[in-house]
Amino acid sequence: MLSNIRELMKYRELLIMFTWRDIKIKYKQSVLGLAWAVLMPSFIVLAGVLVRVGYAHVAGRPLLITDLAGVAVKSIPWAFFVSAVRFSGNSLISNTALVTKIYFPKEIFPIASIASSFFDLIIASLVLAVLLFFGKIGVSMLILWVPVLLFVLVILVAGISMYMAAASLFYRDVKYILEVLLTFGIFFTPVFFNSSMLGIYGRYLKWNPLTSVLEGLEDVIVFQKYPETSWLLYSFLIGMFLLLSGYVFFKRAEPNFAERI
Amino acid sequence: MANFAIKMESVYKKFRRGEVHDSLRDLVPSIFGKVFRRTSSLDMKKQEFWALQDVSFEVDKGEAFGIIGHNGAGKSTMLKILSRIMKPTTGELIVQGRLSALIEVSAGFHPDLTGRENIYLNGTILGMTRREIGDKLDAIIDFSGLQEFIDTPVKRYSSGMYARLGFSVAAHVEPEIMLVDEVLSVGDYVFQQKCIARMNEVISGGATVLFVSHNLRAVAELCQRSLLLKNGKVQAIGKTNEIITKYMESTRNINEEDPRKILQITSVAMRDFNGPQVQFQLGDKAWLDITVRGVQPCEKFAVCIYINDENYYNLFNTSSERLGHGPYNIRTGETLRISFELLIGMAQGTYHMGVLLFRYDTNVAFDRWEPAVTFYVGTSIDGSRGIVPCNPKVVSEEIAGEMH
Repeated sequence: MLSNIRELMKYRELLIMFTWRDIKIKYKQSVLGLAWAVLMPSFIVLAGVLVRVGYAHVAGRPLLITDLAGVAVKSIPWAFFVSAVRFSGNSLISNTALVTKIYFPKEIFPIASIASSFFDLIIASLVLAVLLFFGKIGVSMLILWVPVLLFVLVILVAGISMYMAAASLFYRDVKYILEVLLTFGIFFTPVFFNSSMLGIYGRYLKWNPLTSVLEGLEDVIVFQKYPETSWLLYSFLIGMFLLLSGYVFFKRAEPNFAERI
Repeated sequence: MANFAIKMESVYKKFRRGEVHDSLRDLVPSIFGKVFRRTSSLDMKKQEFWALQDVSFEVDKGEAFGIIGHNGAGKSTMLKILSRIMKPTTGELIVQGRLSALIEVSAGFHPDLTGRENIYLNGTILGMTRREIGDKLDAIIDFSGLQEFIDTPVKRYSSGMYARLGFSVAAHVEPEIMLVDEVLSVGDYVFQQKCIARMNEVISGGATVLFVSHNLRAVAELCQRSLLLKNGKVQAIGKTNEIITKYMESTRNINEEDPRKILQITSVAMRDFNGPQVQFQLGDKAWLDITVRGVQPCEKFAVCIYINDENYYNLFNTSSERLGHGPYNIRTGETLRISFELLIGMAQGTYHMGVLLFRYDTNVAFDRWEPAVTFYVGTSIDGSRGIVPCNPKVVSEEIAGEMH
């Protein structure tokens, strides 16, 4: 394990290169350029706004600006989660030529995919920050929680990606299963709604490790209150477990990549 | 520390033929199948085969070593094991030094990036640092000869340009051990010569080169020692010349009888005045012995022979009839033995000899064997390169300056 990480460090330049490549290609291919990073999450935000308008209508209460801000704050990390897991899940298959021809630690592919999706997250966050400023959402010292929460999110994404990247190489239908999970995952994750809306059932939603991260972000940015640290710790531990076991799984499978792809 | 760069010790590699379950949907029933039917695991065993068997060899530091063999002999598997992409089933591989593989060097290219960007990308994949690439960028672009197109996305490149850029990057990596695939088969003749020159430079710079190829000319030019692979086993290790002879001999075979034919070429062999030979020098005399068997009676046929180069481009052809012999008539069960004498007038290279049985007045071809013999012509005495000997001499030389 340690020697694997040491080797990965030796190849960090390659990791940077692949990240740069993925970013460059994404923005080069689309006419929209940088707007691409903003477009995807704004679409999710728009859907969320629609849901919240409907909800406010049924509940018979006015739609608050904090509701919309909350949806926006949670949509962007969700968009990151979806694109990073999807992208890194396919990263080995879409680089077949390199996987079968040249030796280097192959975890570079999923990691670079996550990094380039994270770049999108940063771009979208900058746009969101401007919008929140105009929406008169204040800032407090609690904003310092954001890097911590994002760190937990990245750990979770990386853990899932390790499994998905290796598994989709061996079993071609993993890709389709993953696609279904990512599409319908939004109903099991409080992006458009809050777990509290489900009343006593809300706590079951907390078993989803993404819940505490997304709601934590909403808490510190929109409501300016502390996140639920115990659930956050739970998410972190789940993430670390996935990442460590996923990494071991990935490295065990790696010698067979070239044969089975 | 021992003085070797690469050492393989009794390496075995097993592959499985046929389909492997590559979806969960197939996997689940197959697990149930295994539980209820014990035979299925036995079927699996039958489909396994050895791609490499008991391969052992050592390459010294600073040596250029060739690995040759027919298609399917296990060359690609060997390369993949050497470059650590695959692990041997059993056996050991020890590599001392930084190894860089020039296997399909354009594998890392991304079509949407420009040539320049791809140089950085591919250079990093091959193990260079960004600074190193920056330092060598001009040299790389220069080597590729693609200055005008360097800021064009490589998807607009022709396949030749693609390969040239790929090799140019690879050629500027400075590894201690270099693993070379068929990269030399790309590009035009001039570029190939440039590549060989560059590889000679790398070798004389003290690097170890492992050259896996069926481009015999390149192997002969670069490597002192070689290994011949056949059906996954090491057939011979030794001086490149001897290994090439062995390789050529193993290509020669005798046609099996085919009752549907009217006439059949049963054997074709090349020899020099000493006996069977497939390696020649410019100016050598060679003899070609052909036997033809009459499966059914046949009249008025001629024996045509032709020589093609490596790319199956025809260089020479003639026939018994054009040489004023025949045509021949043959009855069932009779054989015709005919020998041609040839002057080897080509310069260095690998050539294929073809034989055709043809009746001129009705334009019917009875049998064709191509390549019946593959032979090799060694380096020209005068040191010039190419396929045609022009017998060059310098007849005048003068250095002139402007008068003041």
